Amino acid sequence: MDPQPQAGKASLQRSRALPQPGEGPPPAPRLGAVGWVRQNLFSTWYNGVLTVVCVWLLYAAGTRVLAWVFATAQWTVVRVNLRLFLAGRYPQDQTWRIWAVVLFVAGLGVASWAAWNAARRHPAAAWFRRRLPLAWFLSFPVVVWLVRGGAGLPVVDTSLWSGLLLTLLLAVVGIVGSFPLGILLALGRRSSLPAVRALSILYIETVRGVPLITILFMAQVMFPVFMPEGVRPDRVLRAMAGLVLFTSAYMAENVRGGLQAVPRGQVEAAMALGLKSHLVVLLIVLPQALRAVIPAIVGQFISLFKDTSLVAIVGLSDLTGIARSILAQPQFLGRYAEVYLFVALVYWIFSYSMSLASRRLERQLGVGER
Amino acid sequence: MRGWKVLLPLLVLTAIVLAACGQQAAPPPQTGQEAAPAASPTAPQTAQSRLDIVLARGRLICGVNGGLPGFSYVEPDGRYSGLDADFCRAIAAALFDDPNAVEFRNLTAAERFAAVQNGEVDVLIRNTTWTVSRDTSVGMEFAPTIFYDGQGMMVRKDSGITRLEDFQGKSVCVQTGTTTELNLADWMRRLNVAYEPVVYDSIDATYEAYAAERCDGVTSDRSQLMARRTVLPNPDEHVILDVVMSKEPLTPAVAQGDARWFDVVKWVVFATMEAEELGVSSRNIGQMLASDDPQIKRFLGREGDLGTGLGLTNDFVARIIRHVGNYGEIYDRNLGPDTPFKLDRGPNDLWTRGGLIYSPPFR
Repeated sequence: MDPQPQAGKASLQRSRALPQPGEGPPPAPRLGAVGWVRQNLFSTWYNGVLTVVCVWLLYAAGTRVLAWVFATAQWTVVRVNLRLFLAGRYPQDQTWRIWAVVLFVAGLGVASWAAWNAARRHPAAAWFRRRLPLAWFLSFPVVVWLVRGGAGLPVVDTSLWSGLLLTLLLAVVGIVGSFPLGILLALGRRSSLPAVRALSILYIETVRGVPLITILFMAQVMFPVFMPEGVRPDRVLRAMAGLVLFTSAYMAENVRGGLQAVPRGQVEAAMALGLKSHLVVLLIVLPQALRAVIPAIVGQFISLFKDTSLVAIVGLSDLTGIARSILAQPQFLGRYAEVYLFVALVYWIFSYSMSLASRRLERQLGVGER
Repeated sequence: MRGWKVLLPLLVLTAIVLAACGQQAAPPPQTGQEAAPAASPTAPQTAQSRLDIVLARGRLICGVNGGLPGFSYVEPDGRYSGLDADFCRAIAAALFDDPNAVEFRNLTAAERFAAVQNGEVDVLIRNTTWTVSRDTSVGMEFAPTIFYDGQGMMVRKDSGITRLEDFQGKSVCVQTGTTTELNLADWMRRLNVAYEPVVYDSIDATYEAYAAERCDGVTSDRSQLMARRTVLPNPDEHVILDVVMSKEPLTPAVAQGDARWFDVVKWVVFATMEAEELGVSSRNIGQMLASDDPQIKRFLGREGDLGTGLGLTNDFVARIIRHVGNYGEIYDRNLGPDTPFKLDRGPNDLWTRGGLIYSPPFR
C-alpha cells in the first residue's frame, strides 16, 4: 500500500478545515447526560430495546463473574503456587538472579524511554539513543548468563527452567532469532537468483504448510533419532530452534509485504545517486518496508508469545505446562477455572503490553501519517 | 549479479549474528548429559550399559507424567511428588545415595516410548500399563509393577452397595466408546446382573452426572476414581468398591537390550517390596542395620555381595530405605489414608496379606 496519496488527502482535508477569518467553528452541541443517552441509546424503539437487553445481559453476566471471582473462586491455589507459576522450578536460593534480570531489563527499559524522550535536548541522551539497539542486543547475553549461570555463577540446568520464566525466554529468543532470519528469507524470495529464490520459497511454503506442534514434536522426538550418538542438544534449545524456524517463515511473508510496498522509484533514485545495491536495501528499502509492516510484525510476535504454550504438549513446563502440574496437586484438585484464568491473565498482560509498545513505536515512527 | 551483491553481506552479517546468539544460547555442554555417548536401544550387551552412562552423568533422567494426582506432580516449592516420582528417587538413592540426583522429564503419552528408545530418558515411570505389545514390538523392558490399577466402581456410601451384585436394577454412569464400558458389560453379564448403563461422551460429563445423582455408581480406572472423588462436593460420602474389573499394571520401563540396567531398575523396585515384607522401614533402618538376622544382614548389604553383582554398592538397599522408604511407606505417603485419596491397598498389598506385591528372595 502506498501511503503517499492518503497523506496527500489528509493534508488537503486539514487545510480545508482551517477556520476562515470572521467565522469560528460551530459551537459543540451541549446535550448533557440525559440528552446524550436519549440520542445515542434510545433514538428509536428498537435501539431502546437493544440497549435494555444488552444492559441486562451485561448486568447478569457481570454480577455472576464478579460473584465467582470474589466469592466462589478459591484463589489459594494461585497464592500458594505463585512462585511456581512465575519462576517455575528454578532453585529457590538462586531466585535473586531472576530478580536481577527483571531489574536489569526494567532499568534498560526506563533508560531507553528517557533517552528517547530527552534526545532533542541533551546530546548525551541522543548519543545513547543511537546506541539503544546495540545496548539491547548486548543485554541478551547478560540475561542468558544470569539465568543459566556459568562464569562465576552456579549453573542452573535447563530442565529447571519453567513457568513464566521459560515462556518469556522462549518468546524472546523466538523474536530475536526469527526477525533477521525472516528478513533474509523475504529478501531471498525477491532475489533475482533462481536458486536463492527457489530455496527461500521452498522453505517458507514448507514451514507455513506444517502446524507448529508437528515442528515441535519433530524437534523433541524425531530429531534425536537423526542425530549421531552423543550429539544431543538441550531440550529447551530444541524448542527455541523450532519456534525460530517456524516464526521466521511467517516473518518473511510479512516483511515481503513491506518490501512490495516500497515504490520502485525509491530504489531507482537511490541507485541514481550511486548507492551500492546492498546499501540501497539496507538504507532505503528495508527501513521503509519494516516501518510499513510494524503492526503485522508485532501481531506475529504476539502470536509467537502465545504459541510458546504449545511446548507444554511436548513436555516442557512453561506457564501452561506448569499449570498442568499444579492442577495435579492433591490439595488443589479441580481448581481448573482459577488456574487457567490466572494463566490467561498473565498471557494477556504481556500480549497487551506488546501491543501498547507497538502502537507507541508506530506513533514515534509516524506510520500512517507520512 | 545485483542480487548477490545485496545478499552476500547480509548473509554474512546474519550468520555472524546468529552464530553469536547461538553461542550465547548454547554454552558448552557442562551437564555431562551431552558428553556421555548414548547407548543404542538394541545394542548388544557388550556395549556400554546405560548404568555406566547414568553413573558417569551423576544423575538419573526419569520420564514421568508430571500432571497426574498421586503419581507425579509438582509441589508449590518446585519438588516433584507422587508414587512414580518416589520410585525415580529410589533408583537415584540406590545409585548415588542421593534421592535428589534425579532430573524429572515430563513426557506425553505419545512420546514416552520414543523418549526411552532414543535415550532421552533412562527410565520411564509414567503410569504406563505393561502389555505384551509394548514389551515386544514397542521394544520396552518392564520392571516389576509398582501399582496395580484397574477398573473400579465408586458409589455413594449411603446407597448400601458393597458388591457388583448389588447393582441389580441400579444404574451406572460410564464413558461411552471406552474399554471401560465393555468391561463393565462383560462383568455384569458374567454375574447375571441387570443394570442400567448411563453413558456420556466426555469423562467430565460422566462424573458430573454421578455428582448430580443421575446414576448409582460410576466406573473408571481406580486411580482416576480416587482423584475424582476428592473433587466431589462431599468426598467422604463416596466409597470405591473393592472390585477390580480390568488389569492395568502400571510399571516402570527401560529400553530393551540392556540387561544390566534393566536388572538395576528391577531390583530397586523389588527391594522396596522386600523391605516392607521384612519389616524394614525408613523409621527403623538404624536398628535393622544392627540386626543379627542373617536374612536382613544380607538384604541390607552387611553380608554377602548382592549389590556388587548388580553393579551397585552392597548397601544399595539401605540407601533406598533410608532416603525413600519401603513400598508401603511410598504408597501411604502418596495414596494412603493420610492423603486426600485414601486409597486402600487392595491388590497393591503384600502377597502375605492377599495382595500382589511379591518380591523374589534377596539371596
